[in-house]
Amino acid sequence: MPKKYHIETTPTPPRFHPIGKYTTIEFREDCAGSCKNCVKKKCVYGIFKDNYLHTSSMKEPEYLYTCMSCFRCVQECTKGIFSRVINPEYRSLGNEYWIPDIIRSTWYQAHTGNIPVSGAGYPGPFVGKGFDSMWTDMSEIVRPTRDGIHGREYINTCIELSRRPARLSFNTDMTLAVDVPPILEIPLPILFQTPKFGVLSRNVLISMVKAAEKLGTMMYVDPEEITDDLMPYIKSLIPCLTKDNYMKYDNLVSSCNMVEIAYESGICDEISKLRKINDDIFISVGVDLKADAASIACELAAADIDTIHYYADDNGRELDAAKPRFLKEMIREIHQALVDMSIRQKVNLIFTGGIAMAEHVNKAIICGADGIAVNNSLLIAMECRLCKKRCNNGLSCPVKLEDIDHEYGCNRIVNLMGAWRNQILEMLGAMGLREVRRLRGEVGRSMWFEDLEKESFSPIFGERKVSIDF
Amino acid sequence: MNDNTKQFKLPKIVETPSRFRNTIGKYTIKRNSSCIACGKCVELCPNNVHIKPANYSRILRPVEHRCIGFKCKENDYYCIDNCPQNALSLRKNSILETLGDYRWTDEMLLGHFEMAETGNLPVVDLEYSLGNSGGGFDKMRFIKFDSDKYLDIDDDEVDTSISLNKTGDKRPKKDISIPCYGGGMSYGSTALSVMVGRARAAKQLNTLTCTGEGGYPPDLLPYKKHVITQVATGLFGVREETIKQCPIMEFKYAQGAKPGLGGHLLGEKVTKAVAAMRETVVGSSLFSPFPFHSVYSVEDHKKHVDWMKEINNKVLCSIKVSTPTDVDMVAIGAYYAGAHIIHIDGSYGGTGAAPDIAKKNIAMPIEYAIPKVHKFLKNEGVRDKITLIASGGIRNAMDVAKAIALGADGVVIGTAELVALECVRCTNCESGRGCARGIASTDPELGNMITEEYAEQRIVNMYLAWRKQWCDILRGLGMKSIKELVGRSDLLVHLDYLDEDERAQYKPAPQKTIIL
Repeated sequence: MPKKYHIETTPTPPRFHPIGKYTTIEFREDCAGSCKNCVKKKCVYGIFKDNYLHTSSMKEPEYLYTCMSCFRCVQECTKGIFSRVINPEYRSLGNEYWIPDIIRSTWYQAHTGNIPVSGAGYPGPFVGKGFDSMWTDMSEIVRPTRDGIHGREYINTCIELSRRPARLSFNTDMTLAVDVPPILEIPLPILFQTPKFGVLSRNVLISMVKAAEKLGTMMYVDPEEITDDLMPYIKSLIPCLTKDNYMKYDNLVSSCNMVEIAYESGICDEISKLRKINDDIFISVGVDLKADAASIACELAAADIDTIHYYADDNGRELDAAKPRFLKEMIREIHQALVDMSIRQKVNLIFTGGIAMAEHVNKAIICGADGIAVNNSLLIAMECRLCKKRCNNGLSCPVKLEDIDHEYGCNRIVNLMGAWRNQILEMLGAMGLREVRRLRGEVGRSMWFEDLEKESFSPIFGERKVSIDF
Repeated sequence: MNDNTKQFKLPKIVETPSRFRNTIGKYTIKRNSSCIACGKCVELCPNNVHIKPANYSRILRPVEHRCIGFKCKENDYYCIDNCPQNALSLRKNSILETLGDYRWTDEMLLGHFEMAETGNLPVVDLEYSLGNSGGGFDKMRFIKFDSDKYLDIDDDEVDTSISLNKTGDKRPKKDISIPCYGGGMSYGSTALSVMVGRARAAKQLNTLTCTGEGGYPPDLLPYKKHVITQVATGLFGVREETIKQCPIMEFKYAQGAKPGLGGHLLGEKVTKAVAAMRETVVGSSLFSPFPFHSVYSVEDHKKHVDWMKEINNKVLCSIKVSTPTDVDMVAIGAYYAGAHIIHIDGSYGGTGAAPDIAKKNIAMPIEYAIPKVHKFLKNEGVRDKITLIASGGIRNAMDVAKAIALGADGVVIGTAELVALECVRCTNCESGRGCARGIASTDPELGNMITEEYAEQRIVNMYLAWRKQWCDILRGLGMKSIKELVGRSDLLVHLDYLDEDERAQYKPAPQKTIIL
């Protein structure tokens, strides 16, 4: 039996103090000074352990961002001098899609390699935009039994990136009459994509590439970045070439497993030329996620390529559209177009952009993707604060990403992916599935806001008057 | 109505103040140093915000949570304007931004603290009935009451009891006096005093509470008529005698907060006492598996139910499941296996520890599941033979009433009872030694922060306040019994399904951006 795939994680504490949510504030003028019952000494989480002497030493107190929000200091101080506010830095973290909670949780996962677990019910809104307007299904009784991530039953997260013949045919002596193309398999439905912004120093890139290699997955990179120091990892790299430059990089094409060529009209004619350079090569075609995405999918699926890789914007939206649609609608449209043409099996679909949490991976697959590629999360794993303004304007990085040690960066990314994979397993386990490939296009294992409203609420409340704008 | 409800008298309200020295209020009142302790504010304030104990030369710091805020300005006893020294100042409390979330808002938490303290509906202007989640219960309203239908009766004459055995079998009729009972929270996940306090409250209110999956502490035995024994997949602490002594036993197939995943009790919370109760090893994490490893079909499930019924010939069986797409089929399966109660637990339900990914994404919210199951059971012709209990994200008295109107007979309450004990939903129930506020912890120090009496009375108070709200709704709808409300979804409207001018007649859904 082949070895079960497992991601080893190693706790890797942050180099800089992560931005916490709450700041405790003290109204010092009311402090009794030498109170024996000082709540700072009693903090259950010990967050004041280096701080409670400040009154006597008259030092400026530091902001305490590690507050766990129990309110005991606020409620128990004999003089009532404590209050709390939301850390202004936390408030401005990320953007409307990459909300502070996603960034904080990514940091936690990259640090510990653990699934984020908490008490109390879900604190968020009833329903939200994008992936937040769908829920995944579960089974009350499943067979065979499995206990999620602690389970005895192995749940497989492999996906293939290689093309397949539409059908097999056999000669009279039962030998295969068709050429079966080689198989390229990665052990988890996640690839890496070089982010479009950020401090992309060699150290940062090598960290990402190393992690990709360690995990057994692959990373899309700009061919110019592939210098000698990345050559040891060449089998894990997918150089992103164009029609105009692939001849120039023929050495890369002949040494790597997979290449990507950017879509443009007439690109299908180039595929055979690419294969001439390296006839074992797997070919991914990079396509911008625009209105014509589905028709391009149908065109490309007919060609001799392996994977179509769509690029959405960072927030998972369609490009160049007045009213951009979200990834989940786009994936469904592309998947369905291929299913309707009966050519879905021929190619694999990978999507980049807007994948910020483990749940997004499963949800994208339910919509019809084979896998996804992560970009920004790789940087966030290495403590990036997504304060794009700074690095984009040539200012220094607050977490000194340029100096990151490869081993350290690689560990953080591996931890994040370990935590993500475990969450993917939890969701698959709840659905009673043992293969991530079985989830592809399985919208029946999901529940959509608009459908639930229609099914449960329309018979009661009649026609919905507020349009669903998700 | 059977005997135990007829004789039942509502318990008394006993004012039970906060355990903490400083309470959190919607407003803050600050008294500056120019105060001369003349005592005028003490004299004026009818809400006892200002207190000057006998023999004290100075006035205590204001009891802020009692202050009714700026609306007091119209009153001639408004302390701010009356202070001869201008020593008092009133502000909205900025700490509220750091309290609460989309589902349990700051005001809903404070409202419940006040109900648990006073046993009455809050006098402070708090929105305690609607959350900020932007969907489900928060968008539903009861229709405008028709004044012709109004029933002018006292709260005592309104019947809020529900029946838990509708099958007509030979087993006992079991009525509870409020349409709620306590959800399973195990020994280990909550402090012993909280468990016992909940059981004592259940006794006073003639309802039930549930052991959760962690064994049956002997301290609960005096209240055993009001304690449900939960049998969950890990079978921790389940023994023959714990099934023999309970009026209802509950099979927990799944939990709404983590459907399809087992239970977690992290190692740090497995103290000596917890380990002894569960017959496990101290400090070692306990995972309840998923699912029941002996149940692969409805037939297997029936075998389980039969086994329990055989052990205790008076026990009623409740089946707790979460809410997958086929929850209606699961419910009917439970009925044919011989269950008295089908308990559906929606995806936004509470937990002591669950992966965030599960709490947010797996299974459907209870608002969708209730009408789905109710309708299905009705179409199958068995709705009158089984009690449908809903839970998971039912936070307040209005949510209870809405759930019942959608089709449930009653509900199970977990989080709200803990909020009555001053839970602030900081979500750290699972970390380290457990809850810093002493609710969800068995730590030798933290687990002793609460007394049984305090827990009992705060919970009783909260339900008494809730009952007032139910009575108001029922009177307004011209109903004498909450049983009449079951399935009356025609009495509900959903704001998103109304035209703009119609919508304007109802209270808008709270809309506030909250930083998560």
